[in-house]
Amino acid sequence: MSTEVKLRSYILESYLFSDDQSLLDNADSFMEKGILDSTGIMEVIFYLEDEFGIQVEDEEMVPENLDSINNILAFLDSKK
Amino acid sequence: MAIEIDQVVKELLSVDGDKTVEKACEGIRDLLRNKLNRRGLVVAISGGIDSSVSATLAVKAVGPKRVFGLLLPEQDSSSNSLIRGKMLAEHLGIEYLVHDIAPTLEPIGCYKWRDEAIKNTVPEYGDGWKNKITITGGTEGQVNHFNLVVEDPNGKQFSKRLALKDYLQIVAATNYKQRIRKTIEYFHADRLNYAVVGTPNRMEYDQGFFVKNGDGSADLKPIAHLYKTQVYQLARDMGLPDEICSAIPTTDTYSLSQGQDEFYYALPYKEMDVALWCLNQGKPASFLAETLGVTEEKAGFIYKDIESKRKTTAMLHWQAITLEKVDGPISSHNVWG
Repeated sequence: MSTEVKLRSYILESYLFSDDQSLLDNADSFMEKGILDSTGIMEVIFYLEDEFGIQVEDEEMVPENLDSINNILAFLDSKK
Repeated sequence: MAIEIDQVVKELLSVDGDKTVEKACEGIRDLLRNKLNRRGLVVAISGGIDSSVSATLAVKAVGPKRVFGLLLPEQDSSSNSLIRGKMLAEHLGIEYLVHDIAPTLEPIGCYKWRDEAIKNTVPEYGDGWKNKITITGGTEGQVNHFNLVVEDPNGKQFSKRLALKDYLQIVAATNYKQRIRKTIEYFHADRLNYAVVGTPNRMEYDQGFFVKNGDGSADLKPIAHLYKTQVYQLARDMGLPDEICSAIPTTDTYSLSQGQDEFYYALPYKEMDVALWCLNQGKPASFLAETLGVTEEKAGFIYKDIESKRKTTAMLHWQAITLEKVDGPISSHNVWG
């Protein structure tokens, strides 16, 4: 399963309670669309650390790295 | 540029003390008479400024004989809080009861669940250690996250980032304290046919700094429209004891002394009041930046942090939501869709 598919499934199942792919665009801002609040973003951080074996540093906890599927994919790429 | 925050607070937030007190007292009486139909008021007194001013307004509104005070310490409460609480109750001349809630919290697992989560983060944590949680990130443009600060029996402190599940478990466990207190407040309110006074100031109410079905639960909240600095002003205007007027706001929930700004707001309360006022008045970030002497970028982060907390905590204000309208004396705002 690709990283993108894995991430989309996680967000769709955990926060939208659905497998309807049309509900989530990769560019959608989680915060602006009301998909995640700040606790939800924290959950995503710990999901990324567990699932992808990375360490998210304090200064990396910014919306530019975490607030959409595209942002997370770019962030994961940068951590490789 | 350094700014004089007390001067800023005075210019922007000072109120006419007499008029504000009079209006609050009339509001309390009106609620009791026309809406709540109760004969008096129960106030839990923590020794802090908010409950002290709320209790004083209650006494001014209905007289000392119709106000019942509760002092509800537990093992992590500061002894100064109890001293100040008693001082206030005696100053007001009200009947009050001291009920230590630690023997209730212990068997329900409050301390056990909390300590288990702390040990997941700091395995050596044990007897004689102290703890608190601090918040970081929001005012720097980051996602808010939480650190555990512990102090070993030799007084050495260190800090570690909390995993989300441990943070949530520590908060859930300590929320028992506010919920048990509220259960006791309602016991006495039911017994006396009184209403329960909730004591949040505007900053706490706006930012969701309360426990749902804990300190967030009440029949009336007489200072929820007042900024914290205004609550301090009223305390002085109403002649409350100096020890209360000068008390530094803490959560009084964790064994290490913990400022509310460390735990939740990420700004000292005076600056937080000014920021919230500016946002509520529709002032741009540049105005807040100039007023607080911070960069415009930082002011923007502060605004975003306030709005983010409003969003995250909105559900704490809601009652249970029904899926369809239920006819009867139930307000329609609790219906989904």
